[in-house]
Amino acid sequence: MAQICGAEVDEEGFLVDLKDWNEDICKQMAADDDVELTDEHWDVINFLREYFEEYQIAPAVRVLTKAIAKRMGKDKGNSKYLYSLFPYGPGKQGCRFAGLPKPTGCI
Amino acid sequence: MATKKFMYLNRRSSFGTVYAIESLEVVLIAAAFEQDVSLAFMDDGVYQIVEGQETDGIGMKNFSKTFHALGDYDINKLYVSKESLEERGLSESDLMPLVYEDEDDDWEEKPSVKVVTNDELKAIMSEQDVCLSF
Amino acid sequence: MLHTVNKSSFERNSLQSCLNTIDDTSVILFIEDGVINAANNANSSMIADLAASGRVFALQGDVEARGISPKLADNIKLVDYAGFVDLVVEHGTAVSWV
Repeated sequence: MAQICGAEVDEEGFLVDLKDWNEDICKQMAADDDVELTDEHWDVINFLREYFEEYQIAPAVRVLTKAIAKRMGKDKGNSKYLYSLFPYGPGKQGCRFAGLPKPTGCI
Repeated sequence: MATKKFMYLNRRSSFGTVYAIESLEVVLIAAAFEQDVSLAFMDDGVYQIVEGQETDGIGMKNFSKTFHALGDYDINKLYVSKESLEERGLSESDLMPLVYEDEDDDWEEKPSVKVVTNDELKAIMSEQDVCLSF
Repeated sequence: MLHTVNKSSFERNSLQSCLNTIDDTSVILFIEDGVINAANNANSSMIADLAASGRVFALQGDVEARGISPKLADNIKLVDYAGFVDLVVEHGTAVSWV
């Protein structure tokens, strides 16, 4: 099985054991995707991790968008902004960076 | 696409079988299709939404927390059988205070859980287009 | 509505929960181990009343496989798989009591 910084990932690059997550793994995943992590990325990544801690699921994109809008304002809680940060999708790519499982219902 | 009324009927407790968590997974996936979704809890299914479930001791995922996210998925009709609660010595105050924010009412928080009698549940069930049992 | 019950009432309360929420126009079909509820020794008065009004069915293959045919309670109608399909078509929404 493939590894990132010594942690096992599945065939789509998601962490097998969510407890393995750390910032170095996140940075390495981003580097592999040619994404340079900014504070704006970390805001979303931290939000995703908090959401998972609270609800035990990775949010669907529309739920994430709505929640970010509520927390950080409408200029950030929209698909265009979130896709600009995570070009492969705030759900799929964002959750992967955050060490979460793939969102339920996300294909 | 025409909207249909979907009811998920939950009759088993959380951890003894895989039904409860599977039901919740299906509910979350189906939420993407924007149908009229409701959940019903009867028999031991009422234990799925009791307050204070702690799973550290059994090494299983505490998916009771996930019920709090249902409001964000626009799932806000959770019907609980009054008779099933009473048979188990439970009442509404033993259940998790699940809420949703009402978009049409300035995002006011409102309860998602409604305790109903079997007769009320009978009427609600007869309005459904699809009923999925777990 | 069509309510299917696939558990014996000696094993689970599926039949009772079904009876608690069945409306006046619905029918019941016993399948799998649910056909044990169609044997006369397992009969409840409510099932007898429903059967008398022609609203209780049992899947013939399941009844025969369990040797219940000689003990079938009064007025319960046997259907084959085609009859099962007819019931689904006729009664719309199906609820399974598992």
